Amino acid sequence: MQTIVSIRNLSKTYAGGFQALKNVSLDIRRGEIIALLGPNGAGKTTLISTICGIVNPSEGQVLVDGKDIIKDFRATRSLIGLVPQELTTEAFESVFATVSFSRGLFGKAPNPAYIEKILRDLSLWDKRDNRIRTLSGGMKRRLLIAKALSHEPSILFLDEPTAGVDVELRKDMWKVVSALRESGVTIILTTHYIEEAEAIADRIGVMTKGELILVEDKAALMHKLGKKQLILDLKHPLETLPAMLSEHDLLLSSDGLHLTYTYDTQGERTGITTLLDDLRREGIGFRDLKTTQSSLEEIFVKLVEESR
Amino acid sequence: MNWYAIRAIYNFEMARTRRTLMQSIFAPVISTSLYFVVFGAAIGGRIQQVDGVSYGAFIVPGLIMLSLLTNSISNASFGIYFPKFTGTIYELLSAPVSMIEVVIGYVGAAASKSLILGAIILATAGLFVPLEIAHPFIMLFFLILTAVSFSLFGFIIGVWADNFEKLQLIPLLIVTPLVFLGGSFYSASMLSPFWQTVTMFNPVLYLISGFRWSFYELADVSVGVSLAVIVLFLAACMAVVWWIFKTGYHIKN
Repeated sequence: MQTIVSIRNLSKTYAGGFQALKNVSLDIRRGEIIALLGPNGAGKTTLISTICGIVNPSEGQVLVDGKDIIKDFRATRSLIGLVPQELTTEAFESVFATVSFSRGLFGKAPNPAYIEKILRDLSLWDKRDNRIRTLSGGMKRRLLIAKALSHEPSILFLDEPTAGVDVELRKDMWKVVSALRESGVTIILTTHYIEEAEAIADRIGVMTKGELILVEDKAALMHKLGKKQLILDLKHPLETLPAMLSEHDLLLSSDGLHLTYTYDTQGERTGITTLLDDLRREGIGFRDLKTTQSSLEEIFVKLVEESR
Repeated sequence: MNWYAIRAIYNFEMARTRRTLMQSIFAPVISTSLYFVVFGAAIGGRIQQVDGVSYGAFIVPGLIMLSLLTNSISNASFGIYFPKFTGTIYELLSAPVSMIEVVIGYVGAAASKSLILGAIILATAGLFVPLEIAHPFIMLFFLILTAVSFSLFGFIIGVWADNFEKLQLIPLLIVTPLVFLGGSFYSASMLSPFWQTVTMFNPVLYLISGFRWSFYELADVSVGVSLAVIVLFLAACMAVVWWIFKTGYHIKN
């Protein structure tokens, strides 16, 4: 897939000496949704801010659609829309006026019909004449998306788009993001919510302490790092595990009624057949079985812990 | 040049003025009218003419300059400070606009507002005293040059300020005293020789003197010197603004 944003050896050290980005390199593919995960202070917002022109990089280079973000800032910024983390809006402007302002700021001729379409898509059309301060938090968040889309960008940065948003609204937001991707917009989002990345992203980048420690296709990441577990509900409780079963990675629950077998999906063999044979030989029967896979959250926590 | 962006910023700022008409236009007009009532009618009635011009008429250019300077500074400083304060400056920084376009938008709007205000005050003055303008084009030239220069100065203050106190500091503690002591209400020739010399170090004196000359051909210093001083001030402000954009001082990071 074609690269639309190319980040090479990007570093940022703030005036106080704090190094927010350390030699970050990343290629973002056209039309994908990439989620950047990381704890607070990992450098996610600094990375986005640098690409968008808000923060000056200390070292390295960023190309957007093949153009340098500093030398060709007009061309690159015209392609980018940014939804900031904070609900930073004017208070007294009307919804329609502020979205129109954003379009003009990005060098586009007025187009009331297009603004109407965006506001309708984001369920804000009924509020078009309202002052921004009268909007709810969720509406303000959608308004920020409308402003970011006002100039028809092909790349959209969403910095924690669902921070502080209730579950229902968060799922609405995911629908909006998915619809944008369908229309061909490349989306880069930062999030604390692992389920958000799991639900909508194609690729996951994990950042910590200013470093991008991993970038992987979501499915591949979960496949590569994910552990699977087989849980057996036993017919009769066991007091201890028979010696014959000790070679398997088994865990007996405290009530003796559940056996949990952990295996690696990457292994040549899962060992399930051998385990079931051994259970039969030991005369251990089971009523039911199920498998579970480790969530992205568990993978993320593991990765961040390993990097410490 | 991103003309749509300039127009967007300009319209945004002018819309802000329309939303705050009481504060932006009516309040300065009322306070200026009060100056006319107090200095022109009440006190002015007891003051002889100044170089053949009635005192009420004499103070008109000074009062216009007083409003022009203070409003140019406050309009432009507030215009750029507020996005910094609310955080909406992210949009300006991430937009495909050069800082020249940002300045034209903000300073253009601030200067426009001041010029509208100056015209309204001039009309208001006409209600209190008979007005005569000897050199209307030069008067207009001074008006525009001063509005643009002090709007640029206000823009610099807005960038420099990181709280509301700083935003008011220079206008209240430096600019207003300089305007009051710069011959708004008197001619430098009315002072003792020592204070006349001191007054010559006040840059605002040159603005008011030149502006008053365009009305009555009365000046404390030659009109050429007045023009040179304001052009110098404009150049200094432009140099500071250029440096701000080059370094991103108080805007980026």
